[in-house]
Parts: sequence; C-alpha cells; structure tokens
Amino acid sequence: MKYPLTIAAIALAALMPPAEAAALRESGDPLASARWSEMQKAFLAGAPVLFDPRVKVIAPSTAENPMQVPVTVDATALPGVVEVVVFADFNPIIQVLRFFPESAPAFLGFRVKLQQSTPVRAAARTADGVWHVGGTWVNTVGGGCTAPSAAGGSKEWQQRLNEVSGRQWSEGPNAGRVRLRIVHPMDTGLVAGTPAFFLEEINFADAAGQRLMRVQTYEPVSENPVFTLNRGVADGALEASGRDNNGNAFKTRIAQ
Amino acid sequence: MKRLIGWLLGTGASLRRRGRLLSTNGVGAGAGAGFEFKFKFTLTPFAPSSAQRVSKCLALFALSLGTAHAADFDYRLTARPIAENVYAFIGKTEDFDTVNGGNIVNTAFIVAAQGVIVIDSGPSLRYGQQMRRAIAAITAKPVALVINTHHHPDHFLGNQAFADVPIAALAETRNGIAADGNAFAENLFRMSGDWMKGTEVQAPTQTLSAGRLDVAGRRLRLVALDGHTGADLVIVDETSGVVFAGDLVFNGRAPTTPHADVAHWLKALDQLDALTREAGFKLLLPGHGAPTGDAAPIRQTRAWLSWLSAAMRDAAKAGLDMNEVLARPLPPEFASLPVAASEYRRSVGHLFPAAEQEALGAKP
Repeated sequence: MKYPLTIAAIALAALMPPAEAAALRESGDPLASARWSEMQKAFLAGAPVLFDPRVKVIAPSTAENPMQVPVTVDATALPGVVEVVVFADFNPIIQVLRFFPESAPAFLGFRVKLQQSTPVRAAARTADGVWHVGGTWVNTVGGGCTAPSAAGGSKEWQQRLNEVSGRQWSEGPNAGRVRLRIVHPMDTGLVAGTPAFFLEEINFADAAGQRLMRVQTYEPVSENPVFTLNRGVADGALEASGRDNNGNAFKTRIAQ
Repeated sequence: MKRLIGWLLGTGASLRRRGRLLSTNGVGAGAGAGFEFKFKFTLTPFAPSSAQRVSKCLALFALSLGTAHAADFDYRLTARPIAENVYAFIGKTEDFDTVNGGNIVNTAFIVAAQGVIVIDSGPSLRYGQQMRRAIAAITAKPVALVINTHHHPDHFLGNQAFADVPIAALAETRNGIAADGNAFAENLFRMSGDWMKGTEVQAPTQTLSAGRLDVAGRRLRLVALDGHTGADLVIVDETSGVVFAGDLVFNGRAPTTPHADVAHWLKALDQLDALTREAGFKLLLPGHGAPTGDAAPIRQTRAWLSWLSAAMRDAAKAGLDMNEVLARPLPPEFASLPVAASEYRRSVGHLFPAAEQEALGAKP
C-alpha cells in the first residue's frame, strides 16, 4: 500500500494550499505521542494512513474542566468522508466516538472526559480506504474518567434519563446547524460501585426518513452530552433517536 | 508521570496532595504556557530514560528560577494602612503560580480596642503565619477573631495559623469549606507548589449571620450577600468607614466565576453600591486589586459580568459550539484587563453550559 499512497499524497498535495500540503505526511506522528503506533494498530489496522491538516480537531490546549472538554471535529475540507473515529491516546478508555456522516457534512462538536493530558485525534476514512488523521494535544490535570458524574450524586437523571432538548438554526451565520442535548450520566464504569452506563448510538434523520448521520458513542463522552452538527442546509424537521448500553431508547423530533 | 510533575513543581508535598481534581474546583488548570510546556515533556511514559533526563534538566532549570524568586518562601507581606487602625495586605492581580505562591488576594485586619479582627487568611499556612507576624509587628494586641468572607481557597487556607483563635464564617461558607476545602487545597498545591507546604484545611469554628457583630470592642455590620459564591460576606466597619467587599468586587483584574450566579452577583453589587453611598463610607476594599474611595471597581465588576452573561446567552442563542465561544475575541474595553483572556476561557466553561441549556429549551 505504501507506494500507491505516496502517489496519492503527491497528487493531493498538488491540489492543496502550500502550507497544508507541507503538513501532509505518511509517517512520523506530528503530535509525537509514544502511543501512536499502538493507536494505529488498534483503530486503523492494515489501512493506509495520512496525517492530514484537512482533518481539524479543535479543543482547548488546557482544559478548565476535565469532565467537559469541548472537542470539535471538522473534516469538511476533505471530500468523501465515510467514517470518523475519535480517540485520545492516554485516556483509560481510549475510544471516544465514531461517526458516519452519510448525507451530512463531516462535522461534529461534543464534549469529553479526559483523565490526563493526551492527544485527541480524529481519523477520517475516505471511500478509497485511506485514514486521514488530525489531532491536537489537550493538557489537563486529571480525574475526568474516574471522578463520579455530577448526576451520580443528585440522582435527578433517574427521572429524566434520555430527555432530549434540541434546536435547529435556519438563518444567520449558523443556518443549517443542529444542537442537541441528552440527559444521561455517561458512567464510565471506572468509579467504584458504578457500572458502565452510557449512550451507544444516536441517529439523525431528515423529515423524509433519510439518515443524515450515525454516531456511536463510548464512555468518555461527557455527562449530559451536547452535540453540534451542521446539516449544511436548513431542510425541515429532524429526527434524533438512539439508545444506551442498557437498552433505554429515545426518539425525538426537532422542528425546523 | 506523577513523579516527574512532582519534581517540576519542586515539591514532594504537591505530589502527595495531588489527587483527583473535582469539576467544582475554584481554580482550574491554566497556569499558562510554561505549564503546558512542562506537561508535554512529562508525558512520554514509554521512553522513561530520555523523559527522565529531560525532566531532570527542567527540574534544575525550575529550581534555578525558583532561587531567584522564591527560595525563602517569603511573601514579603507589608501591612498597608488604609484607614485609622485598619490595614490591608494587597496581593498581585495575577493567577496562582509558583512565583507568587498564591499571594493574589487581599487580606486585612482591624486593630480594635481589645484585640485584632482578621478578615480572610490568605492562600496557605505560610501566608497565614507571615500575616500573623506582620500583624504582631503593628500591634501587641491578641487576635480576637478571624472572619472568612467566602469559601474560596485564597481566602481561608491561612486559617491554620490562627487555629488557636475563633474563626467565623457564614453557614453556607462553612458548608462549602467542609465540602470542597480539600479539593481546593490539592489544586493550590498543584498551582503554587512548595509555597503550600504543610497547608491543611482549618475549617471555621463559628457561624456568622447578617446584622450587628460586636467583637473586641468594635461594632461591625455584617451584610450577607451571594453571587460570587453561594455566600459572600460583606463587612462594614462603621468606625473607620471601610467596606470589606470580599470577592464580590474585583479591581483591575477580571473576576473569577467558578461558583458564580451572575444574576445574584449583579443584585449584590447593587447593594454594595448603596453601601458606598452611605454617609459614613470612606473606602472600599475589593477581594482582589487596589482599594478605592469610590464605587469604580463595583462598576467595573458589573460591566464585566453583564457583558459576560450577555455574551454567553447570545452565543448560545446563535447556536455556537463551546469551542467557537472560546475562540471569540474579547471586546477592546476588557482585553487589557489583567488575566482577562484566561478568566474568560474559564468562565465559558463555568457559564456557557447553563446558557446553552436555556437556548436548547432544556429544563434547568
């Protein structure tokens, strides 16, 4: 696979702005993480990999609250993304989420729990089977995954589990944007006596029932998760549905 | 990795104390670029030999820096007279670090007829001890009472140096210290390093409530407000005309918001404003920044909070994601305020989720 990719990389570079083209590389983790080779084996096994500045991972360099670290993945500059996997090399639970953009742009905002300073990466697979990898370091003081959720103390979530609130924006600079919040403790299972309890799947579909995006979520996604999507165009109501690892399902309609 | 961080902070104590950081901590990560630099080097657990070498070099470097500034761990506290028989120790308008040792706060004392009334005790045991020595250099009278204005660590972690005298606070402040005190202390060990050595939480021993308080032959008026935290005590010394505002007022420094209820805080500022219009008013001592003879810092604090809460609301209504809110530039009128950029980023973490919830139509 090495040789054809090199040709592909050269071809890609010719189409990109010089600064971005210079940042394209096939080896040598730009984030210099000691765990990169393991990450590659675990998540991208056997497939060609390209470190690609078109896959943007936006997160604060220092996390104020390790329980709620905002992460925005924007791979919209890269055409033909079929799957994006997000992971954090040094988190006790490494895989954060996967999303399949289908008919929505490859853009997703969410928040994560981080236990210690770590690269946060997004690998976007294009239809040709190449993983395009982007990422950033987040420094944090820890406790994100092994500290109890705030809800765990209040128990309020028991009455409000899977309660969804959301909104679509049809005008202004964020026209076509969807934001969604789901009440869920997202327990990691790393707190003594509290088993893992987290949302596993969220689907977004348009009014005609066509799927816009599928999201597989894992334990590190923050409590009461908030997601930001860009539909690109404001196009009628949206249906969000999903379930957690205990089979609790939700389904909701977000009006235009 | 923990060991390496311990070296870099030049402290074994910080290592022992460094536990999980609760999301409710008053002061979060944010010691600045130098801090990030250190972390990147410590995070190479699979190359221990080179990582340790690098870290040793860094530790030596940090130590040599430390000698210049802080090897004696002396805060160089000077009691500044702000009114007759009233003194303040004015801290820097900075964030906690290993150079200032946490001396970023104002504390004060009143020399009353029969003893000394101490208002807030600073960020560490060392600060409390040095403060007590500085008080003794001014007066031979014994300390009669220590008051903690609220439950943030820079205002009560010096209590240990006053363990032999009554320490008083509002009930909600006592609860806050009991619940969060240890986590706060752990966080300050991380941010201020060895300046914190030996510091443990000494909780207040008495409960205050609003109204008149006669202590050591002095009549004080206690005004129980909230908004910066769940309980913020304002002390009016009618004899001198000094209003001790605690952290409801910041002067020349961006306010901190980890436990803020901005609507309550704005109401509290209105009440403080009224206190400065009373006939006997002479001086306002903010929790951070220089004392003033007018209400200017109240207006400054109000302007920041009003802008901040409107900015969070507008951003949530416009559909912004938290990273987009963090990336917004500060308006020119606030951009030059000390620590404005870092406090804004923290405040987004504290305040944006609620604004977002409201914009999404979620129940609070």
